[in-house]
This record gives sequence, C-alpha cells and structure tokens, in this order.
Amino acid sequence: MTKTVNQKAWLLVLPVFLVVAFSAVLPLMTVVNYSMQDTFGNNQFFWNGIGWFQELLDPASQFGERFFDALWRNLLFSAVILAIEVPLGIAVALAMPREGRAVAFCLVVMALPLLIPWNVVGTIWQVFARGDIGLLGYLINRLGIDYNYAGSALAAWSTIVVMDVWHWTSLVALLCYAGLKSIPDAYYQAARIDGAGALAVFRTIQLPKMRRVLLIAVLLRFMDSFMIYTEPFVLTGGGPGNATTFLSIDLVKLALGQFDLGRAAAMSLVYNLIILATCWVFYTVMTNVDAGSRAAPAQSDPADAAGSSLPPAATVALDRRAA
Amino acid sequence: MRGRNVVMTLYLLFLMLPIYWLVNMSLKTNQEITTGLTLWPRDITFANYVRIFTDPSWYGGYLNSLTYVGINTVLSIGLALPAAYAFSRYRFIGDKHLFFWLLSNRMAPPAVFALPFFNLYSAVGLFDTPWSVALAHCLFNVPLAVWILEGFMSGVPREIDETAAIDGYGFPRFFVRIFMPLIASGIGVAAFFCFMFSWVELLLARTLTSVNAKPIAATMTRTVSAAGMDWGLLAAAGVLTIVPGALVIWFVRNYIAKGFALGRV
Amino acid sequence: MARITLDHLAHAYGPHPKEPQDYALKEIDHVWRQGGAYALLGPSGCGKSTLLNIISGLVVPTRGRILFDDRDVTTLPTEARNIAQVFQFPVVYDTMTVRENLAFPLRNRRVPAPAVRARVEEIAGLLDLRGVLDRKASNLTADMKQTISLGRGLVRPDVAAILFDEPLTVIDPHLKWQLRSMLKELHRKLDLTMIYVTHDQTEALTFADTVVVMHDGAVVQTGTPDELFERPAHTFVGHFIGSPGMNLLPARVEGRTAYVEGHAIPLARGYPDLPEGRRIELGVRPEYVHLAPRGLGLPVRLRRIDDIGRQRLARVELGGRPLVATVAEGQSLDGDEAALTLDPRQIHIYADGALVPGLAAGGGAP
Repeated sequence: MTKTVNQKAWLLVLPVFLVVAFSAVLPLMTVVNYSMQDTFGNNQFFWNGIGWFQELLDPASQFGERFFDALWRNLLFSAVILAIEVPLGIAVALAMPREGRAVAFCLVVMALPLLIPWNVVGTIWQVFARGDIGLLGYLINRLGIDYNYAGSALAAWSTIVVMDVWHWTSLVALLCYAGLKSIPDAYYQAARIDGAGALAVFRTIQLPKMRRVLLIAVLLRFMDSFMIYTEPFVLTGGGPGNATTFLSIDLVKLALGQFDLGRAAAMSLVYNLIILATCWVFYTVMTNVDAGSRAAPAQSDPADAAGSSLPPAATVALDRRAA
Repeated sequence: MRGRNVVMTLYLLFLMLPIYWLVNMSLKTNQEITTGLTLWPRDITFANYVRIFTDPSWYGGYLNSLTYVGINTVLSIGLALPAAYAFSRYRFIGDKHLFFWLLSNRMAPPAVFALPFFNLYSAVGLFDTPWSVALAHCLFNVPLAVWILEGFMSGVPREIDETAAIDGYGFPRFFVRIFMPLIASGIGVAAFFCFMFSWVELLLARTLTSVNAKPIAATMTRTVSAAGMDWGLLAAAGVLTIVPGALVIWFVRNYIAKGFALGRV
Repeated sequence: MARITLDHLAHAYGPHPKEPQDYALKEIDHVWRQGGAYALLGPSGCGKSTLLNIISGLVVPTRGRILFDDRDVTTLPTEARNIAQVFQFPVVYDTMTVRENLAFPLRNRRVPAPAVRARVEEIAGLLDLRGVLDRKASNLTADMKQTISLGRGLVRPDVAAILFDEPLTVIDPHLKWQLRSMLKELHRKLDLTMIYVTHDQTEALTFADTVVVMHDGAVVQTGTPDELFERPAHTFVGHFIGSPGMNLLPARVEGRTAYVEGHAIPLARGYPDLPEGRRIELGVRPEYVHLAPRGLGLPVRLRRIDDIGRQRLARVELGGRPLVATVAEGQSLDGDEAALTLDPRQIHIYADGALVPGLAAGGGAP
C-alpha cells in the first residue's frame, strides 16, 4: 500500500502533537533548566553549567557512584527478567489450547495480572511472600530455607524477579500467541508432509513468524523493566540497603525525597537519553523487519490485483452500507 | 499434547495462587490472619468489604480513580483517532520522526516526569484534580493509542476511502459512519489499553493528587495504623482494585490476543 | 508411486450422520491407477477438499478405507504416507534459501548430505530453479514459491502421489498457463500419480487424463475430458463443463422423437422404457446446435449474437425456452426469425438429472 503525500495530514496530527508536547516537552524544559542550576533554597537559583552532569558521569564521585550502581543494578535486572520471561512466554504461548472455551479462559486468567494496579501487585507479593502470614514465604521457611525478603539481598532480588515474572510473562505470551495465530494451517500441514519434527516446526515456521511480535515484546519488557518503580518500592522500598534501588527508585528518592533538584534533573536527562537511544535502536530494527516482511508479499501482489477481487474487508463495508 | 497441558496448568496455577491468597485474606478477620496460616477462612467475614463500601474516604478513592481513568481513555482515543488515520494513510514532512518521537514518550520513565508535572499542574491550577492525572497519563497513552490504531487502520484497504469519496461522503461523515465501525475492534483494544495503563499507574497519580482526587491505590497506604497493619482491609481493597480490570478483560477477551500484538500481526 | 484405492469411502464432519445430507462426502468407491493425472473438479463446497484431505491424511474418513497399492493407510498420519502436497497459497520456509527449502524434506528424513545435494541439484534442474538456488525463498514471486513447494514434494524419491490444492489461485494469469504446462511435462517425465483439485474447468481439462467431477458431496462422473464433453453423465456435468454449458430443455420423449414445447426433435437412439413420473430433459451442447436460415429447422426467435472471438454464439428462444446455438462462419442473419438444426447423435436424454443411455439404432437389441 503506497501512501499519498499530503501535508494537510498535519492538521489531523496536530492535536496529538500539542497535547504530547505540552506533557513531554514543557516538563523536560523545566528539567533541563534545573539541571544547569544550583540552589540554596528559597527559590534562589544560580548557574551551574554542566557541573551536575560531570559529577553524575564521574564514577569516582559519590553521586556518580550511586548512579552507576543503580544503572548496573537495573541493567542486570532487565537482563535477568528478559532471560526468564521471553523463553517462558514463548513456551506458554506454544502451550495455549488450540480452540474452544479453554482459550478464552486461559486468555482471561493470563491477562489478569496485567490489569492489577502496580502497587497492588507489590502488595499482593508483599503479603504472599511474608514468612508469617504469606503462603509462599511460609512454605519456603518450612522447607528449611531461611527466607526473608526484607533482610537478605538475595531473597529480595529473587522475590522481585519472581513477582515481575508473575506480573509480565503473560504480556510476552499473549504477544507470541497472537503471532502464532497468524500462521496459516497450510504451513503446519506442509511441515508434516515434509517430515519436520516439533523442533524443526518451531525453528522454521513458528519462530520466524513470531519475530515481529517478539521484537515488540522485548522492547516493551526492556523499557518497562528499565523504569520499574512501584512494585519493588512497595515490596522492599529499595532495600535491604540499596540492594533493590533501581534507577527510578533512586531518582524519586533524589527528587521528591531529598529535593536535590539539580542532581535529579541531570540524572533524569541522562536516564531519558539512554531510553531514547535504546528505543531508537529497536524502532530502526523493527521498521526494517516490517519493511522486509512487507516487501515479500508486495511482489506477489500483481496476482491479486489482476484478480481484481475486493479484499474481504472491502466487501464487508459495502454490505454494511447496502443494509 | 500432555506436555502442553502440564505447562499451561502449572502456569495458570502460578498466576492464580497469589490472587487466591489475597482473596482468602480479605475474607478473614485480622485475628485469624495473624494467628496462623489457614488455607481458607475459618470464620468467613465480609466486614472488610462492608467497611470499604461505607467509608467515603475509601470508596471515594475508587470513584477518583475511575474518573481520571475514564477521562483519560476518552481523551486519548479522541485525540489518537485522526492522528492514527493520518499516519496510516498519508506521508507528510516529518511523519517518521514524529511517529518515533510519540513512541519514545510511551517509553519515558514516569519517575522523570513526576516532579516537573507536579510543578506544571500546580502552576496551571489543576493540582489535585482528576484532570491533572488524566492529562499526565496522556503522555504515554496517546502515543500508545496512536500506535495501536495505526496498526488496525493499516489493515483497512484504501479502496474503502476512495469508494466513499466517490459516493459523495465528506471526510468527517465518512470517518464516523464508515471508517470507525470498520475498526471498532481496534478502538476497543486501544481503549482497553488506555484503561489498563491509566488504571495500573500510581507514581504520577499519587504525585499529582493530595486529598480530593486521591486514587484508590494511594488510599491503600492508610491501612497502617497505630494498632499495626490492618491486613484484612488491605487485602479487601486489593481485591476490589482487581475487579474492574477483570470485568474489562471479560468484555474484550476475543480481541485480547490481537490487541496485545497492537494490531500488527 | 502407487495405485490409490478409495474403498467405500464416506465422511461426515458431524458426530452421528444419519441422513445423506449429513455427509460432506457421500460414498465413493474408486481406483486411481499409478501414474495417472487426475483432476478433482467441482464448485466450492462440493466435497473435493474433504476428499483431498482424506487422501493426504489430515482427515480420517467416517466410513471406508483408503489404500496405497495394497497398504491400508486409512488411519496413518500424513507424514507416514509418502505423499506431497502443493497448497493454494505458496508455502515456503521464509528464513531458508531455495536450496535449503528443497533439502528440508530429505534432511528431516536423515538422508546423507551428499545424496541430498545431488538430488536437490537434479530437481532444481528439472524445475528450472538452478539460478535461484542460493536466494532467500521469501523474496521470490508467487509462481516461483509454488514451484519450490512442488520441488519439496518431488525431491523425495519415494513419493506415492502429489496432491495439488488449487495451486494456481494466486498466480498471475499469464504465468498460469506456463506452470500448467510444466506440470504436464513433469507428469510425462516422472510417472507420478498426480491429483489436482480445482474449480476451474480449463485447468482440470488441460491437466488431467481423468477428471472426477464432484457435486454436492458425490462424484457425478469420472472420465476423460472428451467423455465429459461428449457424454455428460449428469446435467450438472453438462452445464458445469463447457462454456457456455449444455442446453437443457424440458422434453417429452416418445420412442425416437422428443417433443420440446410442441416441436418434434428426431433422436438417434430410442428410449422405449423411460421411467414414469420423472423430470425428463433433453441436453445438447451449443457446439452441436447450428443456426440456420428461417424455415430450415426448428423455428426460433433470435435474441442476440455474441461474438466471442473464435466463434459467434446465437442466443435464441424456442417456444420461450432460452437456448444457445453456434453461428457458422460467414453466415448472414436478417430479422429475428431463424431456425435451428441439431445433430441427433449429440442429443442426450436425462431423467431427474441422470443420463439415460438409450438404445442404439434399430432399437431392439440391448
């Protein structure tokens, strides 16, 4: 489908542009403003240039060390949950029932954790993992393992990881399921005729068809885990010590807790830049994948065009109007 | 076949267990909760729920949350519809960059925006109203809605637009009478996602409200009192925050899969 | 390579079929010889896809057996049947090159690498794919992809039959002809049983030695393209095959004369004992009905002349019944009064849709 060039389309986009600009650009300008100034309170500010940035990006300084600690911690967390959630999500998607009422049931249960407010997710696991009144914590302790997410860094980390897996794996699974559903039956039949085993079917048919949705899944999961705040904040408050202080938690502490506006603003900008850059990489890869998979059918298009039959959706529309 | 069922069953169990525990707790008295583990309430009580439904500061939280979620959903979809149409049908100067910029806002960390938003909405006098939260959530919901709707709209052949134009439909009438019914499922999916992300977000919602528009999720922190945690009440409040989501899922269950792929499978 | 025997085969998708209309495929009993080129022809919903799926093993029939040579394969899964299939939409493995696509069925069956390489080269030569062997399969045109999926079937030396499920649906019209002649060529070279499912009579009649026409879940006629044309066993075959289809007129038959709207038409065969109370129709193809000047045959009213390139067709009315006739080259027409001459040997009589054989000249001996 070739799009026509039409500059008036800007008029349609303008409202969105204005609202998002109001919500994104204006606040960011405040942040940029703060990031270059220092204050002694009483709303008196003075120019600090790139001082905060220098401090932030210098691992030797106290502030820089704190920032890089949180950054590595957060990257590690993102890597861990991607390594668990992506394969698990694919496995769950492959395990989805093919048809019937079971599909609707599985979909509803799987989507449920996604619609629970994030602090309630934190609360649910806070309660569930407690040694005294929570089922999980109680059972683990009964197994003879000393487990207390408020006391040990390892326990806190594991709890947050399991919580995130519980919260978000369904997103990956649902995306993959959507990708799998779009594979025509003929592919599976052809593979059976060609004598392909389950593994070969997965590698040659299912995985390639899931590539696009998997990219979206990885993008969303990386971004959301990279800015995770509410759930670990409710569960551990960033502790014990700083063991689970991820970037957002650190930033909120700095900005709203200590009102250290200059440092917080500098950190915000660097944080945002990292996200923007990652997002751009994904977006480029994604549009390339899109272009690749759209170019292929385009070549076989003349056949359809020659058949001059309207696609199903078009006929639907005409029926609608006739009615 | 057997293996698939085992994987699915285990996964669903894993998802249900924590929720089961929350419901279980919400039906117990605090005394039963703290004196020992019971797999179901010995002495079933609805007192926690009764308290939430009778105390305005509790149920007010729900109303506040639903108000800003509702405003945000309507606002996001209304703004995103024409924009998504433009992106799916036309090329114009800066379209790709604009699209990327919009998307990048979906990915922006709320923590970065908490403080500037606080300043901004205080300055324009919207602080502690549902409007501030609804507008703030537009930051990530509008781009998301544009993205989803664009995916669905690209699936509608252009011939429809042309046929309608030949039949003498003006653009607004065409858009509302013909085009929107065609992508009804897409609008449903986009609304679902706006609802979802606005409903689950707390950091901004809490920062931008104090008393009058306080969301339920923030109200829940009140369960800590001098007498210690009121676990039963906390659990009941938690269960009640799950209910709207569950209802919404039930309505869109047939579109969930395609919806989560954002209409572009 | 195999003979395919359909032994009292019938299939219903519902659980407890009772009435004949519960069956998507009504009982069929047939032997397809090894090396034949068959076409399953019929409109959509006639049961041809069900039959194909039974042969390929995707559907287990409700009743009856299916044998490849003497082996009962009724309940065997697809992968155990040695069949290959080309689908309506080209199925290629997108991430692989053409070479890997062709090698895929052999690799899955653990054929040694050198043998795979040789066989792939051989088949690629046969299908004219040598030039694209190392290209990604996903970037090729639809007809190339269809050729590749055919190649994946041919590459296995043990293949019993190749099934084609409307394989030309997405192919450019000008390439359809090319692909079809390639199939014909392959069939001659390779001595393979081929079964071609289609709703397009041109494809069926040009491809197959034997065409199986299906209608409403049942086989109405099996025969060579000539037989289908000259002696349609059922009025359905008569009007489904040929363009335009057979003229069918309600008639009354007495001995060797048929009466249509009061006009007597002489017949070449006698029909002494036509069953009582059935719907009797006279069928004759437009090719054997010729327009003649007024007074030299059955009087008709001329409605329209269609020039379809190679020939001209006259739309006429015989006592109110519409009819199509051939107009001879150079024949001039004046006014709307004309006459028809019919070739008596090409007139068939149908009772309730089924062909009544009739008795040859003399009318006595059976």
